[in-house]
Amino acid sequence: MLYRTLFPRDLFAEMDRLQRALRHQALDLSPSIRGMTHGFPAMNVGSTPRSVEVYAFVPGIEPDSLDVQIEKGVLTISGERKAEDVPEQAAVHTDERFAGRFRRVVSLPDDVDANSASARYGDGVLTISVGRREASRPRRITIQ
Amino acid sequence: MTDKTQVAETQHENAALLPPVDVIEDANGITLYADLPGVPKDKLSLQIEADTLTIEGDMLLNTPEDLKASHAEVGLPRYRRAFTLSKELDSEKVSAEFRDGVLKLRIPKAAHAQARKIAIQAA
Repeated sequence: MLYRTLFPRDLFAEMDRLQRALRHQALDLSPSIRGMTHGFPAMNVGSTPRSVEVYAFVPGIEPDSLDVQIEKGVLTISGERKAEDVPEQAAVHTDERFAGRFRRVVSLPDDVDANSASARYGDGVLTISVGRREASRPRRITIQ
Repeated sequence: MTDKTQVAETQHENAALLPPVDVIEDANGITLYADLPGVPKDKLSLQIEADTLTIEGDMLLNTPEDLKASHAEVGLPRYRRAFTLSKELDSEKVSAEFRDGVLKLRIPKAAHAQARKIAIQAA
């Protein structure tokens, strides 16, 4: 399977891996974005006090063919990327780009509101923004 | 066409991701596809100098200002990859299309290098 779930208990292992990855990338030893240990598409996740932002790097796809779902706090991105047409009698010298069906799953924090999710696609990047519930946003408490 | 991207980058601030490519050759030339997600058209640069083709692109993601990254698989905001073009390719006639983060380059073979069928005449 080419996808991996981000279980909360993997947090420390994930941080370790991330640090290693960043170190490697800083040295440019392994700068590939194919990242077959993660699968396609590569994803970045971040958060702000108001929302959780997910960036999926899915170049060359029709937005209609992407399926984005949030169910029970789990975000699923799936779709299919077609291989390029190879004319008859042509030689394929390098074949590194992903083709085929894909599916990736991210568990979202508990305080997100699935109804406030929005997604847009541009320049090959799918950006999903899921708002946090009003009640869980940081508030200043007045001292009486 | 040879991949000659430097493995050991001397300057860290210039570190870049290696975009995955497909290279397909037919009788009339070479077609190269490269995945450069996150790069807008005006941030993509294609350069042919002597026999070296360099593809470079800077990512531009509209991230909120107060975004804190919690998981990053794409850890650098830049792509770069260089290829050596062989002599029979016509670098003057390269055409490029860039759409949704996918670059399609067509490099035709010079007329004299294109495959020709040689008719065999009966003796």
